[in-house]
Amino acid sequence: MVKLQAQNLNLYFGKNHVLKDVNLDIQDKKITAMIGPSGCGKSTLLRTFNRMNDLIPDVKISGSVRLGENDIYAGKMDLYKLRAKIGMVFQKPNPFPKSIFKNVSFGLDIAGKHQKCEIADIVEESLKAVWLWDEVKNRLHCSAMSLSGGQQQRLCIARALANEPEVLLLDEPTSALDPQSTARIEELCLALKDRVSILIVTHNIAQAGRIADFTAFMYLGEMIEYAPTTKMFTVPQDKRTEAYLTGAFG
Amino acid sequence: MKRKLSQLLGFFFLTICMVLTMAFLGIFLYSIFSQGWEVLSLRFLLEAPREGMTAGGIFPALVGTFWLTLLAVLIALPLGLLCSIYLFSYARKGPFLSLLKITINTLAGVPSIIFGLFGMALFVNMLSLDVSLISGALTLAVLSLPIVINASQEAFSGVPRDFIEAAYALGATKRQMITKVLIPTAAPNILTSAILVVGRVAGETAPIIFTAATFFNRRLPKSLGDEVMALPYHIFALMTEGTHPEAQVPIAYGSAVVLLMLVLLISSLALIIRYSLRKKRQW
Ligand SMILES: Nc1ncnc2c1ncn2[C@@H]1O[C@H](COP(=O)(O)OP(=O)(O)OP(=O)(O)O)[C@@H](O)[C@H]1O
Ligand SMILES: [Mg+2]
Repeated sequence: MVKLQAQNLNLYFGKNHVLKDVNLDIQDKKITAMIGPSGCGKSTLLRTFNRMNDLIPDVKISGSVRLGENDIYAGKMDLYKLRAKIGMVFQKPNPFPKSIFKNVSFGLDIAGKHQKCEIADIVEESLKAVWLWDEVKNRLHCSAMSLSGGQQQRLCIARALANEPEVLLLDEPTSALDPQSTARIEELCLALKDRVSILIVTHNIAQAGRIADFTAFMYLGEMIEYAPTTKMFTVPQDKRTEAYLTGAFG
Repeated sequence: MKRKLSQLLGFFFLTICMVLTMAFLGIFLYSIFSQGWEVLSLRFLLEAPREGMTAGGIFPALVGTFWLTLLAVLIALPLGLLCSIYLFSYARKGPFLSLLKITINTLAGVPSIIFGLFGMALFVNMLSLDVSLISGALTLAVLSLPIVINASQEAFSGVPRDFIEAAYALGATKRQMITKVLIPTAAPNILTSAILVVGRVAGETAPIIFTAATFFNRRLPKSLGDEVMALPYHIFALMTEGTHPEAQVPIAYGSAVVLLMLVLLISSLALIIRYSLRKKRQW
């Protein structure tokens, strides 16, 4: 089943044509990796899925992006509900300078739909889902800044999960982490794919090979190839894909 | 060898500069303190002036300065903060925004006596608030507005872009981002600059000459419409209009010591707060 679908997506930053006629079908409850050389538009594509590019002045977008049945760029879309439904985790762990608890409850607090006691339950459940609960349950009200980098990144995932997102967008979530924390996040992605569809940008081809069901290769703003990971890694269809996978450029 | 020599020369030069600066500060403090020291006492702080300003203390001036400063900051801080939020997150980039910023920076550089004239024209005469506590506080507020705006702009720019993006990505509206992330994160820096503004406002003389200050008033201010005595103006008045310099000059220096101590106290408070918050800050 297709969860997220980009069709004929074009994006301009001013005169800079960054995404060129991108088509992509993200499968539900699967992990999809996006790879490609620096500056090819991976982050930009990722950020069109939760409309974070809307924050940038001078951006022009055409084409369509569907979440399930709904066009997310349609006028009647509630931008804030959409962003809550599509979690995002950034390259550098960016917990708020608040307590661990307040970080996870942030999305619930601003949505204002939950009782206080429910919030505590959801926070606990979210922290358990990222295997952080046992490490932090005795210091929920300490600053999130006191956690290690890897813990902070898992906290950021928990913070997104608390909103019960349908899709999780991860933009190079492990590039600022040590190998051990990286391995942990990869395991976590695999464990989470039962509950959310995951789209992960990575510079680490091996990482895509380890965790992704599907891989998309982008080059200079174009979607060059999109296939099941094993297929792409064994018999790439495009010469550019092959060159990138073999490290000929990057 | 040559490098060593030039390093030595550089070090020597820097040391001289530092020693000179410290010497100026030392001489400055000594000359104020030595001439004002003898009149200082608890009674000096807590009594009204007596016998045609040749004896007694400075209590009404202290109280006046307290109210002027408090009111001015209470007016300027929220107003400046709101302006700053507008500039930071609502104003669209363009000629209008640039014009606004130029205006604010120009205002920040305007000599304070001109704010005094402006306050007299607007608050005292046009709005008929007369020479009063409220006219003076409003004038001081106008004077501190550009300082508050610039300081909070700086504090907001210091908030990492990551935090702002994280808030939006979790579904925050702009207002929620501002109230839950931007302001709390910038608050320590805004607080420190607010305290520094207090120090600045407490010492301003020119803006209150025509708008609030009176040479002598035994009574403490009872309402916003009362004229008030104020420490800096008290010094100015004693030195320029006094008829018994032998008694009044020491009182003026005594008042100067008090004002100086107040301002130093306020600035060091700001420094301490800034330092302790820096230490706690982890991004
Ligand atoms: N906020 C912005 N304003 C203007 N141009 C931008 C902005 N963000 C990105 N770009 C441009 O869009 C293009 C794609 O950038 P993007 O960040 O999507 O690349 P990327 O594939 O994520 O690269 P990397 O692997 O280095 O993260 C680049 O040419 C970049 O200069
Ligand atoms: Mg990127």
